[in-house]
Amino acid sequence: MLTLGEKVRKIRSKNAGPFWITIDIFCGNKKIYKEVCKKLKNSEIINLLMISEQQLKRFEIDDLNVIKFSFPRKIIQGDIFDRDMHGAQLAVLLSEMKF
Amino acid sequence: MIPIKVLVPSGVLGLGFDLEALNNGLKNNPDIISIDGGSTDSGPYSLGSGTSKYSRAAIKAEWKSLMIAREKANVPLVIGSCGTCGTNGMVDWMENITIELAEELNQNIKIAKLYCQQEKNFIKKNFQLSKIYPLNPAPMLNDQLIEEMTNIVALAGAEQIQECINTRAEIILAGRTTDTAIISALPLMKGADPGSSWHGAKVVECGALCSTNPTSGVVMVEFDKTGFTVEPMSKNAFCTSETVAAHMLYENADPYILHEPGGYMDVTYSNYYNIDKKKVRVEGAKWHLSKQYCVKLEGAKIAGYQTSLLVLLRDKKYVENVKKWTDKLLKFLKKEINERMDIDTSEYSLEFRHIGLNSILGELEKNIRSPLEVGVLCLITSKNQLSTEIAKLINPFLLHFPLSSYEELPTFAFPFSPVHSDRGCVYEFVLNHILELDNPMDAFQIETSEV
Repeated sequence: MLTLGEKVRKIRSKNAGPFWITIDIFCGNKKIYKEVCKKLKNSEIINLLMISEQQLKRFEIDDLNVIKFSFPRKIIQGDIFDRDMHGAQLAVLLSEMKF
Repeated sequence: MIPIKVLVPSGVLGLGFDLEALNNGLKNNPDIISIDGGSTDSGPYSLGSGTSKYSRAAIKAEWKSLMIAREKANVPLVIGSCGTCGTNGMVDWMENITIELAEELNQNIKIAKLYCQQEKNFIKKNFQLSKIYPLNPAPMLNDQLIEEMTNIVALAGAEQIQECINTRAEIILAGRTTDTAIISALPLMKGADPGSSWHGAKVVECGALCSTNPTSGVVMVEFDKTGFTVEPMSKNAFCTSETVAAHMLYENADPYILHEPGGYMDVTYSNYYNIDKKKVRVEGAKWHLSKQYCVKLEGAKIAGYQTSLLVLLRDKKYVENVKKWTDKLLKFLKKEINERMDIDTSEYSLEFRHIGLNSILGELEKNIRSPLEVGVLCLITSKNQLSTEIAKLINPFLLHFPLSSYEELPTFAFPFSPVHSDRGCVYEFVLNHILELDNPMDAFQIETSEV
């Protein structure tokens, strides 16, 4: 079974200011984009990131074949308990998801 | 209107740019050169301490190239968010560098400084008047928290930069500004389409990141009454409709909306198309004016004094049981710290992170496997400056603590002497709020000088 990272062109995550994180899934083409849009459920993302449904924003950007997720950081950037100041390694969680 | 060309040398001063590309930019007759000098992206330390993330030498070397470029082009040079955090001290620091360079380069220039730092009493007064609103999520604000902050800045928008441009200064040194305002200010003044002025500014705020060659830095964006055109200045960089459109995703929670002082821009109905293989034309962004003029606030306070220790484990039994080992050690140490130092657990935080297991993702890690070796990073943060003393108490136990009382004392690997590293004062962001203003200049001051 493929992982989501193997299926799509690129997955990246990054701070959107100190209080939010945003994840972009670049699908690469329309066919994969439509498939990912259909199969990738918010409930899986919520479980993976341990956040509530209300916190998750989902955008499907047809023109770019991109699916984007944004959510508030549980730990504010640079807090003494923050482990990844730029939030850029979080993308790995989605990359390694079975798809 | 005559189209307005803004030359952006790179995403931030200190990161470097291609000099040949900068010269190509000058040949295209820019009306202004704009560069960002800061961000919150590196964490709260810069704002908390009021210092620059980049070295003074790196800033001076790059600023020199830009001051030479400005003189050649004979147009204003603007830097926003001086010294990473944009405090008043960092505006003065940048002025100091500018004066040194003006002497070295034998330039006579008029400087305008935009101060964006906020007095605590001014913030308290506005908080009491209910003119400060929390964004989502925001720490709970109160007078005590305001008092505890080491630095508070407001993010200037296009209006404040325009006031600086109106002074006819050749160099504008701005405190904290939105990344986009230093780029949108001039086209907005000259009658360019407002939605496109902000959209174009957002596209080029990270320099050539909107192109196929991000490290080349330099881009030119031209604004007019119906849209904007963006072109990278390096011969090895190209803009495509996809690289340009994709930049709205970057560091943006909402890919269509961007809030700025005085309103927000919506790019839902924007069209992107290549004019040629380098240039992209964009039209269709909308600007929505807000009823009240608001600016965003940023503030940081001291989170504590931090000391770290690192111990490395290679012994198979300890590597396999590292979580159990640190759980047991943590319990033991809390008791020792309380008994020997008379410090309550509420006065400090003590944390172990397992490098090799889940030190990055923590509880979110799904893929924990037993590694060959593991690093245990011990972090102590105390309210007062006791973290060093706590680290010294911990040191021998980190080296020798046994999993069970039936075994000989183990000894692990310390890679450093001294074992502990004092990280000094650490800070935290405590504001995610906006401030309502009757007049855009109410929270900002401009000073001009000639050198």
